Amino acid sequence: MTQLPSTEFHPRWYREPVSTYWWIGSWRYSLFILRELTSVAVAWTVVMLLFLLRALLSGPDAYTRWLHRMQSPVLIVLNAIVMCFLLLHTITWFNLAPRAMPVRVNGKRVPEVLVAAPNYGLWVVASVVIAWFVLRTS
Amino acid sequence: MSKPSNEGFFWLLFSAGGVVAAVFLPVILFLFGLAFPLGWVSPPSFEHLLALARNPLARVFLFVLCSLPLFHWAHRFRFTVYDGLQVKHLNEVVLVFCYGGAVLGTLVSGYLLLRM
Repeated sequence: MTQLPSTEFHPRWYREPVSTYWWIGSWRYSLFILRELTSVAVAWTVVMLLFLLRALLSGPDAYTRWLHRMQSPVLIVLNAIVMCFLLLHTITWFNLAPRAMPVRVNGKRVPEVLVAAPNYGLWVVASVVIAWFVLRTS
Repeated sequence: MSKPSNEGFFWLLFSAGGVVAAVFLPVILFLFGLAFPLGWVSPPSFEHLLALARNPLARVFLFVLCSLPLFHWAHRFRFTVYDGLQVKHLNEVVLVFCYGGAVLGTLVSGYLLLRM
């Protein structure tokens, strides 16, 4: 741990040591850590996508093998957990927008729900468009 | 005045990646990680998916979809380790692991998409 230097005006800072598990025991702090952990789910999904791209590049057999590997129960359970974290990321991210960027009309603050709502609209539209592109049969 | 830092730049990548991840990643994981493996929907054919991935616009989209969320992860995970686990003495190692991982993933995605 780095010690802050003492100056003319301050003695050496005293800091109460905090337990590593400070975030357990309070719902609010636990939610904070859960929210921070959503980044792992984000990285996981990107890695899955990279493996899919690699399989596509390698040919039809590799793609079939990839689809097969994704059916393993361990991966399905993991993906279900990752899905929950991704949704937590999406919801917390969208709800944060009106706080980071308060919108005012005629000097009055627009309710947070109204600022967050377009995000959810965009989310639904984007999801439907992507699903359509992936699932469409030519 | 404090010396200028790169924090703003990394924060921009973090927030841009956060938006991309929030809007686009759930549907991707839902389809490829749950719906296809569990047989809820039949997966697309190899030819269809390859044609889709070869589309120039789709390539740009896929590149953004891979790289920005990785930088989002790098920034957030760095502070998760810092605040949640309090491993401050490994700061440099964590920094290299996070941003190095994001750069590596970006390069891999660029390589795959260029050769697609």
